[in-house]
Amino acid sequence: MQWDWSAVADFMPRFWDGVLLTLQALVLGSLIAFALGLVWALAQRSSLKIVSWPVTVVTEFIRNTPLLVQLFFLYFVLPEWNVTFSALVTGVIGLGLHYSTYTAEVYRAGIDGVPVGQWEACTALSLPRTRTWQSVILPQAIRRVVPALGNYVIAMLKDSPMIATIGALEMLGQARQFSAETFQPTEPITVIGIAFILIAYPASLLMRALERRLVH
Amino acid sequence: MSTDSSTSKETKNPTVDGSELIEFKDVTKRFGSNVVLDNLCFDVSSGKHVTLIGPSGSGKTTILRLLMTLVKPEEGTIKVAGEYLTHETKNGKLVPAGEKHSREVRKNIGMVFQQFNLFPNMKVLRNITEAPVHVLGLSGDEAEQRARELLELVGLTEHIDKYPSQLSGGQQQRVAIARALAMRPQVLLLDEVTSALDPELVAGVLDVLRDIAHTTDITMLCVTHEMNFARDISDDVLMFDAGRVIESGPPEKIFSDPEHERTREFLSAVL
Amino acid sequence: MTDLTWGLWELLLKGVWVTVQLTFFSTLLGAAVAFVVGVARTHRLRFVRFVSGAYMEIFRGTSALVLMFWMFFVLPVAFGWQLLPMWAAVLALGLSYGAYGSEIVRGALAAVAPAQQEAGIALSFSPWHRLTKIVLPQAWPEMIPPANNLLIELLKGTALVSIMGVADTAFGAMLVRNATGESAPVYTIILVMYFVLAFVLTRGMRVLERHAKAGIGQAPPEKSLGVRRRASIPQQADAFRSNVVGGS
Repeated sequence: MQWDWSAVADFMPRFWDGVLLTLQALVLGSLIAFALGLVWALAQRSSLKIVSWPVTVVTEFIRNTPLLVQLFFLYFVLPEWNVTFSALVTGVIGLGLHYSTYTAEVYRAGIDGVPVGQWEACTALSLPRTRTWQSVILPQAIRRVVPALGNYVIAMLKDSPMIATIGALEMLGQARQFSAETFQPTEPITVIGIAFILIAYPASLLMRALERRLVH
Repeated sequence: MSTDSSTSKETKNPTVDGSELIEFKDVTKRFGSNVVLDNLCFDVSSGKHVTLIGPSGSGKTTILRLLMTLVKPEEGTIKVAGEYLTHETKNGKLVPAGEKHSREVRKNIGMVFQQFNLFPNMKVLRNITEAPVHVLGLSGDEAEQRARELLELVGLTEHIDKYPSQLSGGQQQRVAIARALAMRPQVLLLDEVTSALDPELVAGVLDVLRDIAHTTDITMLCVTHEMNFARDISDDVLMFDAGRVIESGPPEKIFSDPEHERTREFLSAVL
Repeated sequence: MTDLTWGLWELLLKGVWVTVQLTFFSTLLGAAVAFVVGVARTHRLRFVRFVSGAYMEIFRGTSALVLMFWMFFVLPVAFGWQLLPMWAAVLALGLSYGAYGSEIVRGALAAVAPAQQEAGIALSFSPWHRLTKIVLPQAWPEMIPPANNLLIELLKGTALVSIMGVADTAFGAMLVRNATGESAPVYTIILVMYFVLAFVLTRGMRVLERHAKAGIGQAPPEKSLGVRRRASIPQQADAFRSNVVGGS
């Protein structure tokens, strides 16, 4: 097998451009996933069937169908509805929306995990609903699920290359472009492959440590 | 306890002369096919201390949970300070109460749980002040002052800035008592409050409760296995079995010379 | 939908068949990898544990799409190995998801009470016998719910092959889109198709779980129609891919 170090050197500038875009997609996608997921989780708990049922159906549908196809859907269909976003924005929306259905499950499990005695204490003190959620339930629920949320951020990182297929020049996109120009796929693809592992592995170790500390 | 100014939104429903503070009328509670309370009628007068004793499953805790609206009765009515707890009058008819009505009546009642149920994400001070501020409308300063007074009452002033996880079980329970009293309820419900504590911590909590019983005019409804404590503070002891009151009377009578066979059986096993 | 002639539907259905095949073969490879690596991670030899652990961390840390690109583009150029697209895809998916699966296997094995192993030792069972006759049968029902989640992820992962030109469902949709000029109908249709496939797989896994539990005398009562996959707080790194019992 041949390895051309000069190809690696040539690729480096574009590699860093790709890393920047990957991180942008990751941060923005995660923010959407965290916020939207909480909305879904609360809606699913609503006693109004007209709220909980459609939300449950939609989130189950999105969760059980491929992210790639959802990205293509957004990428092709949105312009047909006269909504034009850049590839990055479309990708962020797709990632955020898809992963919000996972974070919703995480939030759900977290809320269910708050001991029932906490709810009873709030009733005993006549705390209003909003206060109960804001001061007592959500702080406890979210604290427990921070490691799980972190794990989904790592998962999103590994799914982020999909946005290259709709034209965003994150790490994989840069590698593809480079190899198309130079006919040297080995170096760029291997480099980004290793880069993913180098980011994901320490991050997952961090999550495991966080979990040991928080989920006692 | 000191009284404070009328800037707060506390409800103080005075009892009409002759009527009781708490009235249970024909209350039936079922869990599935299991009848836990069977056409129960009992009353508690203002300022009295009542202890409920009996084997587990006899319905004692359910009575407290009904008063706290944690569960709803299948049949019957419950009145607190002259107001229906579980029903409200609409157009002169009695209908099941809405959440708002229940909350208003419930503000008069405080509860201390077996498992303390302190809020782990708040320090002691905030645990006590949270409800007075957000439910009674007290200002932050008023609530804090009240909290400090109560912490002195339960002997925990120096722990005001700690998290519940940093306290022992007995200390947590005393904070829970302070938290319940911060709402200035007319009725205090105590649900086996020492059962989850290490034996050596039980005395501290019972001392605080004895203090409260003797120095204030709060009505207390107690479910407990601590018979000495019951003897010390109770005006009335009610013996429960299979969802019914089978015997009631002053502690001297019940503990030394019970009439009912079942009471004798129970007390000889427990005492 | 009236734009879609029978010819175009045929394209989609052929794509679905390819998706099914990909899922099937990737599951076979992935399950094999999961069991071998998962068992190896509980081996008494530290070296075996280390090597299998390294495999797991590397392939779990990799992006599946990047791995697929690697299989399709780098292998031929760097090593001169030209694999048929279908098999390159199966290899990428199987190795990748097998790594996640190994964590499920390892966790379920660890969750079997150590007392069971001790009983086996007391009865002079060989290590292999202990594994196959005592521990694995008890671990097996525990593996199924997280494996169900992983299987659905794998199904969704097969869509990646469309990027490499393999004619699966997603690729078929691309072709139909080019033919009709409209995106919304065909992409909606294939999303529904994937959803139906996921539903069928989940029901199948439920049946499997019932059988597995009956095999150790824990047949659960019949349950009503349920679409939702069981969700639990993911305990270890990599969430849905390893809803595992036990630590690392």
